[in-house]
Amino acid sequence: MTQAAISTPAARPWARLRDPAWYQEYGVYLAVAVVLLFNALFTEHFMTADNLRTQLVQVAPIVIVALGMALVIGTEGVDLSVGSTMALATALLPLYLGYGLVPALVMALLAGAVVGAINGSLVSLVGLQPIVATLALFVGGRGLALVMADGQLKQIVNPDLLSLGTGSFLGIPLVVLIAAVLAAAVAFLVQRTTFGRQVVAIGGNRSAAALAGLPVRRVLIGVYVLCGVLAALAGILATARLTASDPSSLGTLMELSAITAVVVGGTPLNGGSIRVLGTVAGALLMQLLRATLVKHDLPDSTAQIAQAAIIIAAVYVARERRSR
Amino acid sequence: MAPPEAVPQPPQPAADAKEASAPAEVTETSAPAEVTETSAPAEVTEASAPAAGVKKAPAPAADVSPDSAPAASVLEARSVSKRFPGVVALDDVSFTLRAGETHALVGENGAGKSTLIKVLTGVYRPDEGELRLAGEQIAFARPFEAQQAGISTIYQEVNLVPLMSVARNIFLGREPKNRFGLIDFSRMHRETTELLDGFGVRVDPKRPLHTLGIGTQQMVALARAVSVNAQVVIMDEPTSSLEPREVETLFRVIEDLRARGIAVLYVSHRMDELYRICDRVTVLRDGRHIHTGDLADLDRMQLVSMMLGRDMAEVRRDGVTSFGSEGHDASRTPVLTATGLSRDHQLHDISLSLYAGEVLGLGGLLGSGRSETAKALAGALSLDSGELSIGGRTLRRLTSAGAIRAGISLLPEDRKAEGIVPGLSVRENIVLAAMPRLSRAGIVSRAKQDRIVDIFMKRLRIKAASPEQKVGELSGGNQQKVLLARWLCLEPKVLLLDEPTRGIDVGAKAEVQSLIDDLAREGLAVLLISSDIEELIEGADRIVVLRGGAVAGELSGDEVAESHLLEVLADHSPAPAGNAPAAKEDPR
Repeated sequence: MTQAAISTPAARPWARLRDPAWYQEYGVYLAVAVVLLFNALFTEHFMTADNLRTQLVQVAPIVIVALGMALVIGTEGVDLSVGSTMALATALLPLYLGYGLVPALVMALLAGAVVGAINGSLVSLVGLQPIVATLALFVGGRGLALVMADGQLKQIVNPDLLSLGTGSFLGIPLVVLIAAVLAAAVAFLVQRTTFGRQVVAIGGNRSAAALAGLPVRRVLIGVYVLCGVLAALAGILATARLTASDPSSLGTLMELSAITAVVVGGTPLNGGSIRVLGTVAGALLMQLLRATLVKHDLPDSTAQIAQAAIIIAAVYVARERRSR
Repeated sequence: MAPPEAVPQPPQPAADAKEASAPAEVTETSAPAEVTETSAPAEVTEASAPAAGVKKAPAPAADVSPDSAPAASVLEARSVSKRFPGVVALDDVSFTLRAGETHALVGENGAGKSTLIKVLTGVYRPDEGELRLAGEQIAFARPFEAQQAGISTIYQEVNLVPLMSVARNIFLGREPKNRFGLIDFSRMHRETTELLDGFGVRVDPKRPLHTLGIGTQQMVALARAVSVNAQVVIMDEPTSSLEPREVETLFRVIEDLRARGIAVLYVSHRMDELYRICDRVTVLRDGRHIHTGDLADLDRMQLVSMMLGRDMAEVRRDGVTSFGSEGHDASRTPVLTATGLSRDHQLHDISLSLYAGEVLGLGGLLGSGRSETAKALAGALSLDSGELSIGGRTLRRLTSAGAIRAGISLLPEDRKAEGIVPGLSVRENIVLAAMPRLSRAGIVSRAKQDRIVDIFMKRLRIKAASPEQKVGELSGGNQQKVLLARWLCLEPKVLLLDEPTRGIDVGAKAEVQSLIDDLAREGLAVLLISSDIEELIEGADRIVVLRGGAVAGELSGDEVAESHLLEVLADHSPAPAGNAPAAKEDPR
């Protein structure tokens, strides 16, 4: 690639729209914009503050889980146990609320950290495939949660905990605020910290990272712990909004929603790159898509089909780029 | 077009003699895959029959010469051009491949060799120009069509299915069927064994391919390519992962192909090989055709200067390799001392010392334990026993991170698998190991990084659009420089280089060689592993030779010469006088 003649100059403004790389980079934002535009034109009562707030509140737990998932996927892994972690968190809350809000929150978050530490150890020390390692707690975690809760749904009456779900600050729901702050924090972590860059490097080439003296095992365990803690936090917030602890149903299929958000957001499944903002947009896109179809009186199954189409499109765009 | 008698030939490693004593090779992890030389293939044509007495003349001379009459052209490219966005990869290139000739294709990286090969094999379609196979115009829509038409290709990196057996790989897509329409495994295994015997490879055809060493895998790829009735075989750096003995086998196969009238297009950076086996040569540079002609009419300097487009005198002054001619002043207290490094099946009681300011060569054939030794020295290979001390201080727990902290850096052999992180930028690849030092409280400092990156990109002359370009987009030579920068910015005391110039273009190779020279001069202790014997001899002040995972001898001073090295490598004579480690290895 030295001199020779440069053959494609005169960048036409719309030329990049034919470049698949552009879509992997910005496609998800474009899609969110298109959905919003569509609704502004064709859906009544969609672009209202109330509705948008509802959408954001609903998507916030998914965003929080997806942030952790993005980190894990960035290391060429996956964490299937996030939904069960949410169930564990929700099961622990009523058991410890008697000691006060803070001990209850700490116990719930700790449970997430423990789940993450187990996942991370299975992956990095034992050397299991992430999908197998996290499958164990995907199954076992919810079982344990149900045992702890005696298989029962419990009403939550603690006002402090409930205010986490319903409260707002400067007109913005707390849940949304927490998700936004966490997204910014994870973005900073990925872009600017040694830990974050090491995560990306390990995902990009594990053996190269090991030979460069990076603490591969420690970083991997750290990533899974973070993912577990974020999932537990999402479980706490979801519990607060539901005003009930229901370990049998809370967080079911959450792992798939989170993976979808990450993939649609443009993070490649084979590691080495983490797109935090894209992940947020990916979660948002799926949420808005579903809401749009529901508002047009289409059944939920239509929404699932539409979501499937989006996933295929996202994977297709990523594939295009790799094969270039 | 006389076979390259005219050119100085290096003495061949006397592999035949080695076979007599049949030393157990540890190339493979499990037992039965040893590469044998002596078996004279049964199904080979009469032309190679004289070579059955492999003893003295593995060289071409004995052949039925294909050059009595100018052979017909098999494959021809006429005014082929290929453009990619932003660059013209091939610009009006024409060349002809004649039946039964071995045709060298040379050029620096970016010269258009790979593009030309991809055009010839149907991976790319040319924008302009045409291809002719046996006189008829052809256009391949897919690589498969090129294969059907008789053009086989062996890529630099083995292109087979690792989890399938050797036999399945060889017969992939054309499996012999029994009368029920199912795969006839017994016939497939029998034919595979026969075929591989012809290549001097003895391996169980049922073994999954990935359990073989990379060299043996390459031979399987070769066997597959040749067995599909090819008229043209294109070999892209086929020897880069072969050990000398396997190279000999490859050359014999090429002779055989020549005798059968099959044309070989041979791409290699190794001058020795080109002069040994190629009849004609085509030189490309910057996507343009520079020269085609008989190789015997060109000396190495002329060839190199055509490839580089540099002034002849300048090339001559630089020498073939770019190492300074005089040695370095090594201090007499070792920086790094390894004693009794052992690891099951791989390393046996290896001891060596590295002195500041010297380049210690580590010689040996493929599978002799060179890379494993380097990895052990860098803490990247767990050992059963052995001790490592640096600057007189013994390292206790051996880890990569610990070794790096102690000042030991390893440039690994496999640049793609163990070196670069392709999706990250040049900058991040350079600072990868040094990141904790360039951060405060876990937060990376871009300013500090940029400063370091700038220094090393200039010093090593790394050619990238910007420090933010992805390293995967760079040429092999520049990737290698990025990796060197990664290690040099740690300011190591000991630098272990495993095949630092493999698969990089001539220009970058020269730069890396002179850099190694400079580094030793500045007082670094350098360990150099290279399967390029010329590079090892000219680069190293001292050479420790490994064989079968143990130290087989040490050469220093005037002994650092090709003949001595080959003797030790081939276990031809008692190891040179005055080296202690060899005695240790003696079984008695």
